[in-house]
Amino acid sequence: MEYFLQQLINGLTLGAIYGLVALGYTMVYGVLGMINFAHGTIYMVGAFISLITFLAATTVLGTSVPLALVLTLFAAMGLTALWGWSVERVAYRPLRAAPRLAPLISAIGVSIVLQNFVAQAQGARAKPLPPVFRGGVTLMDSGDFVVSLSWMQMVIMALTLGLMAAFTWVITRTALGRAQRACEQDMKMASLLGIDVDRVISTTFVIGAGLAGVAGMMVTLYYGVIDFYIGFLAGIKAFTAAVLGGIGSLPGAMLGGLLIGLIEAFWSAYFSIEYKDVATFSILVAVLVFRPTGLLGQPDVEKI
Amino acid sequence: MGGKARALAVDAALGGLVAAAMALPMLGVRLEDGATGLSLGGRFDWVLWAAGIVAGGRLLIGALRLTLAGRGPSLPAPPRALITYVGWAMVAFALILPFLPFAGRNMVDKATLVLIYVMLGWGLNIVVGLAGLLDLGFVAFYAVGAYSYALLSQTFGLSFWLCLPLAGMLAAGFGLVLGFPVLRLRGDYIAIVTMGLGEIIRVVLQNWQDVTGGPNGISGIERPSFFGLSFKMVPPEGSRGFAEFFGLDYSADHRVIFLYFLILALALLTNLFTLRIRRLPVGRAWEALREDEIACRSLGINPTTVKLSAFATGAMFAGFAGSFFATRQGFISPESFTFHESAVILAIVVLGGMGSQIGIVLAALLLVGLPEWFRELQQFRMLAFGGAMVLIMLWKPSGLLSTREPAIRLKDAP
Repeated sequence: MEYFLQQLINGLTLGAIYGLVALGYTMVYGVLGMINFAHGTIYMVGAFISLITFLAATTVLGTSVPLALVLTLFAAMGLTALWGWSVERVAYRPLRAAPRLAPLISAIGVSIVLQNFVAQAQGARAKPLPPVFRGGVTLMDSGDFVVSLSWMQMVIMALTLGLMAAFTWVITRTALGRAQRACEQDMKMASLLGIDVDRVISTTFVIGAGLAGVAGMMVTLYYGVIDFYIGFLAGIKAFTAAVLGGIGSLPGAMLGGLLIGLIEAFWSAYFSIEYKDVATFSILVAVLVFRPTGLLGQPDVEKI
Repeated sequence: MGGKARALAVDAALGGLVAAAMALPMLGVRLEDGATGLSLGGRFDWVLWAAGIVAGGRLLIGALRLTLAGRGPSLPAPPRALITYVGWAMVAFALILPFLPFAGRNMVDKATLVLIYVMLGWGLNIVVGLAGLLDLGFVAFYAVGAYSYALLSQTFGLSFWLCLPLAGMLAAGFGLVLGFPVLRLRGDYIAIVTMGLGEIIRVVLQNWQDVTGGPNGISGIERPSFFGLSFKMVPPEGSRGFAEFFGLDYSADHRVIFLYFLILALALLTNLFTLRIRRLPVGRAWEALREDEIACRSLGINPTTVKLSAFATGAMFAGFAGSFFATRQGFISPESFTFHESAVILAIVVLGGMGSQIGIVLAALLLVGLPEWFRELQQFRMLAFGGAMVLIMLWKPSGLLSTREPAIRLKDAP
């Protein structure tokens, strides 16, 4: 029981990170109908930006840890968003009218470029970061097993909840969100009604990359080690999460992320850690075969 | 004109600013690994360089656009007949390549590598180019072919020639089994699921220690023989060596050249198969399905079986290529079958212009051959590779040679 509870906490933390990345996939897919293959790599760039900012803030500027965290949060969000924006501007926008596969290949190219750029610019070795703050709350103590919720996990969950609230508010209440939803439903009609579609698409990429940047910051602080290759697997898993929740559905992405995190945590805990990725992908296949629209997705009707 | 120039300058300046902001953490600061942990080093001049290059680039592109605006579209596609001649010329060149004076062992070896990718590209072209199924896990079948040859030959002592069809069949079988659940899905989902399947196979290969040897892979794989004539320095008991039989002096080059011709033959077989099957009902059904699935259904084509046949056929050729890879290397490990390989093969198909056989050869030369010559620049090879993928797509979104001619055309249709 205690072990189960601990895995539940770990899984939810991991799931929050996946969910934030999954949001970026699902938003871009909703608007453009394309898989933004480079999204996982953007998340990796976000992790590096956070690591660098955090180190710069604590060692060079000498700020206290909480202030450094706030600085890192804004830097990760803002600068990663800028990277996401540039990728869209350079590699996707000129291909808006191109055959369906062209943006996908271009995206794979971008992710190869970014990975190798980071490997060259910052070194290919794994980058360790000592734990930022230790300790936490002991929830349960049965003598031989202690269930604890670390401060870091609390920060991650609170931050995710906060971001989700802000994000939901933007999408449902603001003009920007309305334009975004309109483009999702019918891009041509939206542009006829005076919505600047290019700008909406840019915003979509900016928001998605910003959330991925925060996820990158969380993973840096939580696991304390990153390298230039983390984006690939995390990207696939987040995409799996988006599909599991129903691609195009924003609450679905978050739900899918949490589920994937839980599945991964429980699978590693009770079965085998080597095959945890196989478990994730098998779930992806199973979901697509039996319920292609995902858990919360709308079935889409093919029209001739 | 003045307004345009000013807009251009503003655009360039903004681009430079964005680049500077992006480069500030990633280039301007360097993480240094130390004994006690990470420390930071600064190199802010790099940020200025990045900003300057981007601003200059924006200025240049903008100026080019202004001067080139209004010009007609680029050259029309070359006529079909010309392409056929070029194709024959390429085959002839490939046949005499090992005997040309400048072609040393090294070059033949590299040509072999390029041909492996040409063959894989042609195999994947059946799936992506003809049937229109976006397969990002093609390398899985390549791996199945390689491992089935290695295991069959080491466990049962079967020869390469016996294993080659078996490996193809096994790979095709895997294609059927894995394809069955996948192929009912719509377009982009197929991409991601096949990618997942490719990763599953790699993870299994990596962790199933007893059979696949795990991360250590399988070594000492049997090399092929020329109709029973061995290429070894000392042929095994009771058989004769290739050099001895033909009265040549022994040379290690013989095997290299033989392997080259072997893959050339396999690749040409793939090409011939593709060219012929396009005229059969199955091939037509593949192409029809790519163009319009709903229309095909209305005409009584079963999309699942048709797609499955394309998937399995492509997988079979990947299996052939895989067993060739295993016999050429003599050593295989899961390292060789990462997602990166799938991406390279798919890039070859798409960059070549989907469905264009010669385009695939060009793309393979460009993406696999060219980087081989620049091995010294190891670190920047992949950077240039990814950059080339993006640039070619931006320059020619439908591929280098894209002449997708319908097989039959209505007279009045445009």
